[in-house]
Amino acid sequence: MSDLFADILIQFLNGLAGASSLFLVAAGLSLIFGVTRIVNFAHGALFMLGLYLAWSLIDLFGRSTLLGFWGGVLAAALCVGAIGVVIEIVVLRRIYKAPELFQLLATFALVLIIKDAVLFFWGAEELLGPRAPGLRGAVEIFGRRFPEYDLLLIAAGPLVLGLLWLLLHRTRYGIFVRAATQDREMLAALGTDERRLFTSVFFLGAFLAGLGGALQIPREPAQLSLDLAVISDAFVVVVVGGMGSIGGAFLAALLIAQAKALCIALGDVSMFGTVVSFSKLTLVVEFAIMAAVLVLRPWGLLGKPLALARGAGASAAPLDPPGPLFWPASFVVLVLLALAPLGGDRYLLVLMGDIAVFALFAVSLHFLMGPGGLVSFGHAAYFGLGSYAAALVFLRLDLPAEAALLAAPLAGGAAALLFGWFCVRLSGVYLAMLTLAFAQIAWSVVFQWNDATGGSNGLIGLWPAGALKDRTLYFWATLVLCAGGIFFLWRTVHAPFGLALRAARDQPMRAEAVGIDTRRVQWVAFALSGAFAGLAGGLFAFAKGSISPDTLGVARSVDGLAMVLLGGVQTLTGPVLGAAVFTWLQDEIARNTEYWRAILGFAILALVLAFPHGLGGALKRLRGAA
Amino acid sequence: MMLEVRDLDASYGRAQILAGVSLDVAAGEVVALLGRNGAGKSTTLKAILGLVPPARGRVVFDGVAVAGLAPYRIARLGLGYVPEERRIFTDLTVRENLEVARRASRQGFAPWTPSRLFKLFPNLETLIDRPGGRMSGGEQQMLAVARTLMGNPKMLLLDEPSEGLAPLVVEQMEAAIAALKREGLAVLLCEQNLHFARRLADRAVILEKGQVRYSGTMAALTADATARKTYLEL
Repeated sequence: MSDLFADILIQFLNGLAGASSLFLVAAGLSLIFGVTRIVNFAHGALFMLGLYLAWSLIDLFGRSTLLGFWGGVLAAALCVGAIGVVIEIVVLRRIYKAPELFQLLATFALVLIIKDAVLFFWGAEELLGPRAPGLRGAVEIFGRRFPEYDLLLIAAGPLVLGLLWLLLHRTRYGIFVRAATQDREMLAALGTDERRLFTSVFFLGAFLAGLGGALQIPREPAQLSLDLAVISDAFVVVVVGGMGSIGGAFLAALLIAQAKALCIALGDVSMFGTVVSFSKLTLVVEFAIMAAVLVLRPWGLLGKPLALARGAGASAAPLDPPGPLFWPASFVVLVLLALAPLGGDRYLLVLMGDIAVFALFAVSLHFLMGPGGLVSFGHAAYFGLGSYAAALVFLRLDLPAEAALLAAPLAGGAAALLFGWFCVRLSGVYLAMLTLAFAQIAWSVVFQWNDATGGSNGLIGLWPAGALKDRTLYFWATLVLCAGGIFFLWRTVHAPFGLALRAARDQPMRAEAVGIDTRRVQWVAFALSGAFAGLAGGLFAFAKGSISPDTLGVARSVDGLAMVLLGGVQTLTGPVLGAAVFTWLQDEIARNTEYWRAILGFAILALVLAFPHGLGGALKRLRGAA
Repeated sequence: MMLEVRDLDASYGRAQILAGVSLDVAAGEVVALLGRNGAGKSTTLKAILGLVPPARGRVVFDGVAVAGLAPYRIARLGLGYVPEERRIFTDLTVRENLEVARRASRQGFAPWTPSRLFKLFPNLETLIDRPGGRMSGGEQQMLAVARTLMGNPKMLLLDEPSEGLAPLVVEQMEAAIAALKREGLAVLLCEQNLHFARRLADRAVILEKGQVRYSGTMAALTADATARKTYLEL
């Protein structure tokens, strides 16, 4: 028993050390959000950058001296702060008034660009950092060895919390930050230049992220996947702690890191005759804490309900009902697409199949985002779970592909029912962050559950037998199912259900007052959207023959968002157009360069800065002007 | 002229709120901006300060054309704004609420300090360390005016300062505004409460559907029962 006690104690200390670094990132994210109302998706990328920069700068300053090490850590954090300033001035300053979604997308574009910049400068190999001079050893605690450096990290969290508290409560600058967090328009009306405040807060937040990364250098290798891993953890911490609350971020970081540490310490425990592997439950624990907090306190442990910052006047113009030519024209397009295999071009067939699948995926996402007003940043979860459900039914249950394609929407819909139940309780950025966190959890489960999902290798051998074996027939089936799904969703937007959904988006209180159960309507929308995303995922799996955890990665979710935004959120056909252009472009770019992410990132940035209404919106305006 | 507004248009999305509003406020003068609910009074103030970007028209404040400037620039020129909803920073204490608005003093005006403000609003002194969120409506209204004064403005835009206040507090507010007038501050005062405005204002401008329908001295409006009935009474 004393062994278990020592295990738990060591893991408790480990948890404290982990919490410190998590807190630094989350505090920066929370500060930036509080003042600028921008959810900085690139915050994890800034953390990663801090780690890489520290690796290089410590090398430059001298690995073995105190000054070299700590100078390198500090310089790395300052560099990341400066990069934050550049990002704020060059990109974000132009989009403070843009819809939240565009801001999120712009910061995601930065994630892609930073990732490729790191790949370019440091390469794809993991880099092992130096250990801190003077803190290389370990102390003995109850017969276990615990790294000295981790003791220092344990102190770093509360120290930074204290410094931040002093800054926010005991300086004039802090008063401005707190005032801006509450009402930046009033602050401007009192004569404060918001822009300088925003830039400085961005510096501070980026500095904290960079510091969090740099301090990890003796503990974990620098690697390219850190950006998204860190940001989803930070999102969970911020949601649990409460947006804009530094104290809440600290509490939440502690809670989550400790819960994870406890699971690792318990390891495999026999209970009631079976062995429960707690160490595999670490992700489920994070999820359980977040779910519990969101149900009991939707604004986090120490957060406050957000005032509607941009309520009035932001609602969308009503969608025009389809004209008399809409359905016939759609049918003609469909028939033309169905003729594609006759050309005999194998590559064209693959591309058209992909476009059909992603058009359905984009339309399902648009259904939620546009008419529903529910921004899902983790839509790939339903797509990917659909793929995996189809693959597992096909491979493990030995059922035909037709049955597997039935399982795909069921799985996507079921997942959307589960996640959506929590999500519809929130709105705006909280909702976006929660959908992302759920997707990240789904991804991690798929990634780690080797026995069922094949882990990082994924599943192979998804070649249907029977009628769908023929690629042309499979393409036609894809086309019919995707078009059917798209038309069903379009029809639903104009059905009474769609009207209720739009009413719930534009005027939730009035909608409730006329008897619409807005949460229920939105929940059903989640399920519908998830089901069709799942169907798209299932079709994708059999088109490719294999699937990997990438199928439900964050990058896929963002692809969906880019398609919808490219097409225009407030148009009906836009997402289809967006999916076609995006899929084709991505295919072209990826075949020609290793750095396709950065190119995609720059393209998204250009898109966000130049066409805030999407391609569909731009076309509509052209037509309006002509 | 301290403030000249000419042909000001403003809209929220597709809904046009102001259609060609023109008005003047001389240095040291108090002008009441009257009208029924939804006439465009608050929007006029917001458009002058740039919080609602004016779609058309000219705004000249103390010799500077300010239409199109960012609100913080207009505020720094010496235009103070007290919103109808008060918009106190509820997480900040009274002291911090005042501190956040502090700006350098101006020539010709005695600089405002917390202690000088406490002479104007004695209630605030005892509340100095209380968070803004834990104050009564009347206390918040006083803090809102005091906070704006910390910026040492030359002119105030006051949006319904008497709204929802107890009669005693309305009297205090009236006394305070009268004192500010004696200090030489110009005031553009939005009001629904004609009795309150009458005791403070030199002139009155009445809005209806975003247009100026009446402009004259307060004395003339007091004498003109028809105008009051047509534009103000329900």
